[in-house]
Amino acid sequence: MRLYGAESGEPAYDIKPRVTAFLTDSTLCIGCKACEVACKEWNGLAADGYNWSGNSYDNTGALGASTWRHVKFVETPAVAGMGGNSGEELPTFSFSSDVCKHCENAGCLEACPTGAIVRTEFGGVFIQPDVCNGCAYCIVACPFGVVAKNRNDGRAFKCTFCYDRQKVGLEPACAKACPTESIRFGELNELRLVAQERIEELESRGVRDAQVYDPIDTSVGGIHAMFLVRGDPRTYNLPPNPEIPTIYAKAGWKSSAIAAGVLIAGSLLAFLGGRG
Amino acid sequence: MSLPERVPDVESELRLLQLRREAEKRGRIEAAGVRPEGAPFPQATPQDGYYHIPLLKPPMWTWEIPLYFFVGGAAGASAVIGAMANWVGRDRQLARHARLVAAGGAMLSSGLLISDLGRPERFLAMLRVFKKQSPMSVGAWTLAAFGSAAGAAAFAQLVQDRFDFRPVRVLGNVAEFFSALAGAPFSNYTGVLIGATAIPVWNQNVSTLPLHFGMSGLATSVAILELLGNSQSRALNWLGLLAAAFESWEGFHIESHENQRVMAPLKHGGSGWLTRIGGAFSGPLPLGLRIASAITGSRRARRAASYSALAGSLLTRYAWMRAGHASAKDYRLPLEIEGEQQASKPPSSAGPMLRPEER
Repeated sequence: MRLYGAESGEPAYDIKPRVTAFLTDSTLCIGCKACEVACKEWNGLAADGYNWSGNSYDNTGALGASTWRHVKFVETPAVAGMGGNSGEELPTFSFSSDVCKHCENAGCLEACPTGAIVRTEFGGVFIQPDVCNGCAYCIVACPFGVVAKNRNDGRAFKCTFCYDRQKVGLEPACAKACPTESIRFGELNELRLVAQERIEELESRGVRDAQVYDPIDTSVGGIHAMFLVRGDPRTYNLPPNPEIPTIYAKAGWKSSAIAAGVLIAGSLLAFLGGRG
Repeated sequence: MSLPERVPDVESELRLLQLRREAEKRGRIEAAGVRPEGAPFPQATPQDGYYHIPLLKPPMWTWEIPLYFFVGGAAGASAVIGAMANWVGRDRQLARHARLVAAGGAMLSSGLLISDLGRPERFLAMLRVFKKQSPMSVGAWTLAAFGSAAGAAAFAQLVQDRFDFRPVRVLGNVAEFFSALAGAPFSNYTGVLIGATAIPVWNQNVSTLPLHFGMSGLATSVAILELLGNSQSRALNWLGLLAAAFESWEGFHIESHENQRVMAPLKHGGSGWLTRIGGAFSGPLPLGLRIASAITGSRRARRAASYSALAGSLLTRYAWMRAGHASAKDYRLPLEIEGEQQASKPPSSAGPMLRPEER
């Protein structure tokens, strides 16, 4: 497996491959879960079971070690003209298929001590399963709570961005299975434009609360799996200001150096004093 | 109990047709609709997030990891104390004990890490690359360097105990120097390790956690060395006082921190109690006992201070781990939601799909 710039620093191809991305449009999602099923089938992941969460029709809850696509059923207080038609009684529904964000500055990738987590030639973040040693540090380093540990196997797993399919020029399984093209797959910068056009189109049709979730101004520096959502992204469990945990390291190492200094100087003084 | 089974009949079908005609004619339905049993159902809002489901994943480390923080802290500090006892204090017995504690702690540390990883060869994957931006990578390499040096120093000590050759002594001292050099960061890097994460209660405390863990490690090391029979050492008592004084300040710092929302797991619930008990055993209690021992010369008070510091340090590591779990479960923090935390519904993996009356 040759990865772009992973070991040698040399590109695997002469032509730079395009940087790909997802744009998941909640205004088109119908909550059919075809993406979840397609992901599980393609990647051979264990089923989630028929668990009834009581949170709308969500039976998956969150992304996990064997759940790399997760359809959120966002049942919100009624919005006139959307969902129910009584205006008060019935809630408004929207659906959104969650996935690994494939951050521009990825916390998991920086935290990985083995080099198992790499950036592929398509710009995605990929865990090499044969290198991962199960230290679980990436799990607490992910600001989106995406990476999880398979308890039986010990290693960490998440969406691979269908690296195997992308290598042979195919789109990821979830995007292919999506019946409404709610999951768009394409070149990152192109999809950013597509997202803006879609926002304008929705606005012209009277939907004024749609926005693209792409935290480009935070330390995460943008994501390769953007979401078009209506209203506050927090209702979709999308954090307003995700931060890559490496920003905390500098203060930590400063404190570590002080602690080491105190330990050495303290011991020196204690034994100097103890001599007398 | 079984669900009431509704059989469609002419009446129900006519009603549906009626509704459909109404919708066609007026574009809306004025009937009340059906409110299912159990309503109102949870809703996703900017105040509740996504049904109070936590965004962040909790740490998935096993029980070995907080114990590793405890053992590693003691081992690293012992190497520094031993080197100073050897070169400055001329306390041969203390230096000898410190070398053995450092090496034993390093071995135990590796064992605990391997046990957490599941298979021994998985630890070797840590030494595949060096990444300065990953505290886990820096720590693994520090452990490797520290373990080698501390092991060599202890081996030289054991040889020296039988045959006192000058070359063995020199090699032992060189190894001791390097073990102290690696031991100083090794005793506190675990604070950076958990501080540089997405877990709010950890990353909010990143600038004090390494000092806190380092001083906790120093207290543990002092306690072990005292209990091994060095309770006459005035230097150890000074170091024990330093650590206990810092830990007392740390407890005060936690209690008076301005960001009470993020600090909540250190003050409330199971992790809060563990933090407070651990803090009392690490800070004020040994501080008082050591001062009492210095005034009255009571050896029992000093022994009690050692035991108290050991227990406090161990509890403190588990308290921080549990606080991390509690912090990850607080859906409000990453979503920047103000207000009280609402009870979260059980996660979807709680059980099989049940009918409402079976729940």
